[in-house]
Amino acid sequence: MPPVRWGGLMSVAQLATNVPELSGEDPGLARRFLRYMALMREVEDRIERKLYRQGKVVGGVYVARGQEAIPVGVGLATEPADVIFPSHRDLAIFLIRGVPPRRIFAQYMGRVDGLTKGRDGNMHMGDIKLNIVSIISSIGASVPVAAGAALAMKYKGTRNISVCFFGDGATSRGDVHEGINLAAVQRLPLVLVCNNNQYAYSTPLEKQMAIANVADRAPGYGIPAEIVDGNDVFAVHAAARRAVAHARAGHGPYLLECKTFRMTGHSAHDPADYVPKHLFTEWEAKDPIRRLLDRMLDAGWTDRDEVSGFYAELREEVDEAIRWAEASPFPDPRTLTDNVYEQ
Amino acid sequence: MPTTYLEAIREGIWEEMERDPDVFVIGEDIGVYGGAFKVTAGMLDRFGERRVVDTPLAESGIVGAAIGAALMGLRPVAEMQFSDFIACAYDQIVNFAAKCRYRWGAAVPMVVRGPSGGGIHGGPFHSQNPEAPFIHTPGLKVIAPATAYDAKGLIKAAIRDNDPVLFFEHKGLYRRIKEDLPEGDYTVPIGKARVVREGKSVSVITYGAMVYVALEAAEALEKDGVSVEVVDLRTLLPFDEEAVLATVRKTSRVILLHEDTLTGGLGGELAARISEHAFEYLDAPVARIAAADTPVPFSAPLEEAFLPNRDKVIEKARWLCAY
Repeated sequence: MPPVRWGGLMSVAQLATNVPELSGEDPGLARRFLRYMALMREVEDRIERKLYRQGKVVGGVYVARGQEAIPVGVGLATEPADVIFPSHRDLAIFLIRGVPPRRIFAQYMGRVDGLTKGRDGNMHMGDIKLNIVSIISSIGASVPVAAGAALAMKYKGTRNISVCFFGDGATSRGDVHEGINLAAVQRLPLVLVCNNNQYAYSTPLEKQMAIANVADRAPGYGIPAEIVDGNDVFAVHAAARRAVAHARAGHGPYLLECKTFRMTGHSAHDPADYVPKHLFTEWEAKDPIRRLLDRMLDAGWTDRDEVSGFYAELREEVDEAIRWAEASPFPDPRTLTDNVYEQ
Repeated sequence: MPTTYLEAIREGIWEEMERDPDVFVIGEDIGVYGGAFKVTAGMLDRFGERRVVDTPLAESGIVGAAIGAALMGLRPVAEMQFSDFIACAYDQIVNFAAKCRYRWGAAVPMVVRGPSGGGIHGGPFHSQNPEAPFIHTPGLKVIAPATAYDAKGLIKAAIRDNDPVLFFEHKGLYRRIKEDLPEGDYTVPIGKARVVREGKSVSVITYGAMVYVALEAAEALEKDGVSVEVVDLRTLLPFDEEAVLATVRKTSRVILLHEDTLTGGLGGELAARISEHAFEYLDAPVARIAAADTPVPFSAPLEEAFLPNRDKVIEKARWLCAY
């Protein structure tokens, strides 16, 4: 799918100046893509298909099977001092920023070693030292907050930016409009990443909006946008680099719409019976990890033996992380009222 | 030269902006125009557009942006043009700001301030006292000052506080209340009530503009030999439970007075605390005086009937003393 770009108030030629296009011939980068995408999927598969079913993980479980290219492609285009607002389908952001899988399992299991020490579950986690801000459940609320973080970056005179992820459903929320508009008016360094996986819970895109693309809204804000194949990590990463360069250069917000598909239900309890079966079949063939692996194999950057070895090591690493998390204690009920306020 | 309640708030913010380069103001019409009530007048000239941010008309966006800036270590002071519009930012305040520290340890040192209260014929959308749902939100601090001294000292304390603070000013006091303020820097502690007037027969526990209604009633009752103690809560969350219980133990009769509507208002919570912790000191039932359970009406006779006033307090105090 060729990238489609909207110019906003600027012509496309003015966008993303001086960003070297990726050759797509970088085996080192491809290995990093694979590492984070495969690790994300393995961690989420264990949570959804094993720990949740065993009752070791309770509450909501939201995975991003088939959408891993989005957080990985974007996350690897940022710097550690850039602040990121992941959505509930962007686990790889935590891995890229150095959060070990064992702490993510502990988070899902409600243990003290989770990022929220049991105060919150699943993807509702953040770490301000790592410049990751936790999502809240009222989807889309992060967008104005991310605009404010971008305002702070500009206020402090840094070259850092703010990156906010959200889904197609979130774009119907007023907060998304308020946040994008504020950031556009103030020309804030904000990269907006829409994971358009075509379903918000059971609601398909055509009941979410009356236009074809989320990116079609960008001209209404006077900001540039582009649509990218969200299952092609090279394409996502290249677009993210353009978006990041645009924001970092002080040109204001930039919207990336990543077209993808949710290969699961909304959460682990949801069998997604409302999704026509053929869509799963069609999108299975576009699986971003399989596409990446095929490309690496075709290019001769790796071979089947190395891939098998890589996966064996990955599974061992995840086994160990789960053992560690299961040994982590539950929080002490006596800490219930701690840290409602500064202490 | 006495300082008005409004000038005291402006001075407080101004001094904090001079003292700390991370403090900035953000809101609608606050820069060039100086704010609907002119609280931020002059700030744009002194501090520039970087620190006096005029925004689009979008309260949730404003508060969201303030939260984001606060998470990045700044100290935003966001203005709601009227406190009524804080309803638009409810999700950001209650679900985002209030829960950050508890959930994942992130501080949100933000102040959201604005004019609240009636008595100026502002009608249903420019007169409300929207504190109640926020008092019910752990993680927030809620302040409602009555005097110029407290307004300045508390806005400064709010800006320095590392938790999200809602600061409800009373627009009816902006230019009506003035007093000489001390030279130089001072703060008023959050969470501490003040005994405005000592008394022996009845306590009136109140805040905001109702402090003056209580004082007027106390003056009138004094002539009849009824000695009224008036306690100004100043902070509504966390409220000063010790001060509440202390005055009840002293007078044994209490009126809980607020301009907010009755049902679900702070008075109900205070009554429960008194019942739990000072029941044996009471000589009469706990009395409440609040606005009627209606939207704030526009027309003068309706709004007068809606609001608590001196005579309602006098009547209730006499009833308590005769009980």
